[in-house]
Amino acid sequence: MTPTYYIVLSVILFTLGAVGVLVRRNAVVMFMCVELMLNAANLSLVTFSRVHGNLQGQVMAFFVMVVAAAEVVVGLAIIVTIFRSRRSASVDEASLLKF
Amino acid sequence: MTTGSAVFAQEAVQLANASGTFSYIWLVIALPLLSAAILLLLGNRANKWGHLLGTLAPIAACGVGIMLFLAMLAQAPEQRGAIQDLYTWQIVGQFKVPFALQLDQLSMVFVLLITFVGSLIHIYAIGYMAHDPKRRLFFAYLNLFVAAMLLLVLADNYLLLYVGWEGVGLASYLLIGWYQQREEAAVAAKKAFIINRVGDFGLSIAIMLMFASFGGVTFQTVNAGAGVASNSTLTWIGLLLLLAACGKSAQFPLQAWLFDAMEGPTPVSALIHAATMVTAGVYLIVRANAIFDAAPAARTAVLVVGCIGVIYGAIIGCAKDDMKKSLAGSTMSQIGYMVVAAGLGPIGYVFAIFHLVTHGFFKAGLFLGAGSVMHANDDTINMRYFGAMRTVMKITFVCFGVCTLAIMGIPPFAGFFSKDDIIKAAFSQGTLPGLVTLIGAGITGFYMTRMFIMTFLGKARWQDDQHPHESPPVMWIPMAVLAIGAAIGGLLMVPNHWLETWLSGAIPFEEHSDLLPEWQWIIITVGTALIGIGTAVWMYRGEIPVLAPRGNPLTVAARNELYGNLVNEEIFMRPGQQVTAGLTWFDNKAVDGTVTGTAAAVGAFSGALRGVQNGFARSYALVMFGGAVLLVAILVLVRL
Repeated sequence: MTPTYYIVLSVILFTLGAVGVLVRRNAVVMFMCVELMLNAANLSLVTFSRVHGNLQGQVMAFFVMVVAAAEVVVGLAIIVTIFRSRRSASVDEASLLKF
Repeated sequence: MTTGSAVFAQEAVQLANASGTFSYIWLVIALPLLSAAILLLLGNRANKWGHLLGTLAPIAACGVGIMLFLAMLAQAPEQRGAIQDLYTWQIVGQFKVPFALQLDQLSMVFVLLITFVGSLIHIYAIGYMAHDPKRRLFFAYLNLFVAAMLLLVLADNYLLLYVGWEGVGLASYLLIGWYQQREEAAVAAKKAFIINRVGDFGLSIAIMLMFASFGGVTFQTVNAGAGVASNSTLTWIGLLLLLAACGKSAQFPLQAWLFDAMEGPTPVSALIHAATMVTAGVYLIVRANAIFDAAPAARTAVLVVGCIGVIYGAIIGCAKDDMKKSLAGSTMSQIGYMVVAAGLGPIGYVFAIFHLVTHGFFKAGLFLGAGSVMHANDDTINMRYFGAMRTVMKITFVCFGVCTLAIMGIPPFAGFFSKDDIIKAAFSQGTLPGLVTLIGAGITGFYMTRMFIMTFLGKARWQDDQHPHESPPVMWIPMAVLAIGAAIGGLLMVPNHWLETWLSGAIPFEEHSDLLPEWQWIIITVGTALIGIGTAVWMYRGEIPVLAPRGNPLTVAARNELYGNLVNEEIFMRPGQQVTAGLTWFDNKAVDGTVTGTAAAVGAFSGALRGVQNGFARSYALVMFGGAVLLVAILVLVRL
């Protein structure tokens, strides 16, 4: 059970999340992928905390979780507002802020 | 030290600081200048009395001039000059030019000529311009001219002379274009100014050369330096001064403006383009005699230009039906005589000035007479519509006749003495100049007689709207005074060589060898003039056609001023227009194009760049992702 496996898992999760953000059109699914990226980062933080033998990584993971929660609140509120006025959750259609 | 080797030459004048009567030299210039300023600044408020003030100014200047002249006569010849230093003009660094007025025998002659003839013409203009609502402005310009011309002849250095030179050019422009509504007048004024500019260019470069070679531009510095400077420098200065003189005196190749300058009112033609301004070139050459003495090549050029001018102007004068243009050709020819005399060296300078003075009288008289005829005929100027003016304009007839005899060189009138002197001196130098001047005298006899017959004799060819009458006294009295001057002016020289003695204090004078006895010369010159007169009488003995006949090629050429305008147009104007068009094209396409093109390139670049902002959140995310990957890669590589 070397930490290497955990790091690799974390990397795979992060990549999945990143690709998902770039590829998916639905705003809620993009959000879920962002959450996935954050959790992948949490995993690697905890793993490194275990590797170094102190609690710094775990404390930082707490912070990340708090920030992720706050971000979810605000982000979902925005998505719901847009959905209410546009009847569509596709990010491609909200492209008015262009040249 | 005598300036010449003649028996009756005088000691050279020593120029002292002005004191006593001589301290009023500045008044001569200040009076007309003040009058011009008053008339210009007061504007229409001065309309009622402006012409009177304008006439009083040159008369007062003449009075001061006579006073100075008497003071000069009272002195011994060496003390007949003075320099009045008014102001030191600090131009830059070591280049200081004194704003000083030099009064010596030469400038005294000019001051008297300018103020006296000027006063007469001002009086004439009161009557001639009586129907012009802007008469006051006319007198302001005339006074400005007189002030500038006096500054020109009284300056003690070439730079101050240049100031006066430009001033008379300006006044000439303003006055030629007096009838502003006429397109021909405006064009003629521009033409005169632009052609004069070419001459001014010569004068300014000459002044620069003088400063570079001699360290200063006063006459004394230049005369002293002429003995030591290199021959090529002196030749260049001489040729450039000749160019300046050609511009101002309407000699070949800068003669084209004089004929168009006749668009100005007749007093302008009389004062500026006959008696005074056009003689400024001759004054310049005579003043710079030290340079021409030291540069024989330049002097030969002066002689050649003068000879060309004599024949060129005379031929044009023979064919023009416009009375004033014919007189303009005559002016060019007579100034050619003066330039020839100046180009003969010390044997001829005094004769040039003598002819200048007599010419001032009879040419101004001729122009005033032409103006009188014009005025009487409702401003018609075509001689083909004249004829038999002697029956209605007797005084003009007599005055014009006297001046005509004077210009043709018939003794005992003034022109005979001055022209005879020049012809004799020319022959003593060489056969060619002598023949040119002699033939010119013959042609002068021809065209003046032609003019006289066409205007005053023969049958009347008046059109329906012409009712000629004699001019009012304010116009014929000055004309009569000038005619008297033309008649008796020879007395300046004939007894005891008065003018030669007087001028030899200021300019060098040498006697020339006499090839023939005097009585033979008289027969030759008067005979040639009589041949010219006889030819004209025979050619114009019958009915003169009102419609000008076609004429042989020489006549057609002379009517077109020997195609001088065509040459100027083809050689200078059209290439100049091409150059200007090319430069304009370059300015629009290349210079403007570069600036506009740069702006367009920046705009295109930014247009391409803004495609990045397409509003898609996912493409923004991709860019962010790419940037993050780049950063991580850099960090990893640096660590490695």
